[in-house]
Amino acid sequence: MSQIPALVRVFAYLSLLTIGGGMAAFPEMKILTVEVHQWLTFPQLIHLYSVGQMAPGPNMMMIVPIGEWAGGVLGAIAVVLAFFGPTAVLTFIVGRLWNKLEKWPWRRSIQQGLAPVSIGLLLAGCFTMAKGAIFGLETATIAVVVLLILLNYKINPALLILVGAVVGVFSFTR
Amino acid sequence: MSDTDTKLVLAREADTGVVQAGVSIGQIFLEFLIIGATSFGGVVPYLRESLVIKRQWIDDKEFVELLSISQSLPGLNATNMAILVGGKLRRALGSLAAIIGVCLPGAVIMYVVGIFYRSHGDHVWVTAALKGVAAAAVGLILSTVVGLSKKSLAGKFDFVFMALTVIAVNRLHQSVPRTLVAVGFLAILFHRPRKERKESVSP
Repeated sequence: MSQIPALVRVFAYLSLLTIGGGMAAFPEMKILTVEVHQWLTFPQLIHLYSVGQMAPGPNMMMIVPIGEWAGGVLGAIAVVLAFFGPTAVLTFIVGRLWNKLEKWPWRRSIQQGLAPVSIGLLLAGCFTMAKGAIFGLETATIAVVVLLILLNYKINPALLILVGAVVGVFSFTR
Repeated sequence: MSDTDTKLVLAREADTGVVQAGVSIGQIFLEFLIIGATSFGGVVPYLRESLVIKRQWIDDKEFVELLSISQSLPGLNATNMAILVGGKLRRALGSLAAIIGVCLPGAVIMYVVGIFYRSHGDHVWVTAALKGVAAAAVGLILSTVVGLSKKSLAGKFDFVFMALTVIAVNRLHQSVPRTLVAVGFLAILFHRPRKERKESVSP
């Protein structure tokens, strides 16, 4: 129970970093949930994130199990509210103002300037995750093959993650 | 107003960008709940399919515009879009209905997955499968990075800003907010509003 204030603090903070996508917050999420609060291990974080990519809906629902492990049902609810509440309010307000900002020349500048930074944050998150997820030839091959397939064919990514699971079972059980 | 009536009104008013009233909170919730429960592999295409094509609550131009707002704000695209579209249809209550709808199924699923993972996560087959899943997820994120880069990076300086961001976070171990403010400030300044004559400099 005593974890709930910490859960709210951490996930409200993380939510503000998710510019460009949930992955942008991943490096900071690793530091806070694994190293500082030790709610889970780094492999567990990677597993939850990856499995979360197979679930429908917003792709950061992997925060729910973290909340549940640290604080039960209330922890799970607290984490969702903390993670989605602040950005929801911000988006709602900016959404109302956006049309008024139409004439403001800096609006375009901000959008253009944030694009490379948000993609960089995504890539940084990806590298942080790769450090734990890519080891040896098998995992590297899986990642590269998935990348190449997604770049060249229109196929549902969730399906490929599922295939990754099957390949994993065949490659790593012995 | 029946569904066909709504479509007729929309068809006529599509170019003026007028969105019809008369979508109930319940309809918004239900539509986003369906999206939340079926959007395997990324929510945005499902959002477009449902909101623009099936329901015609917004048109394609609005969809792209709202998506670009979603992408430049903190928050996930899926939930930001829910807030914006819900808000456009029925203000604050519409936003609330939409975001709860889109989040609920995934949250319940991951809640169950979390409990299962905690009790069976160390099973040989599960750990083996998870290794494959995690590696595949890395490939998925990389493909997102490539896709976004193709779409929204313009010119070599954007790649410099992207690289600076990666180096700051991964190599120099700077916090994400500090990196965001520092590199973001530089990049926004670089893309500052210019007079017309300077615009032809782009490569």
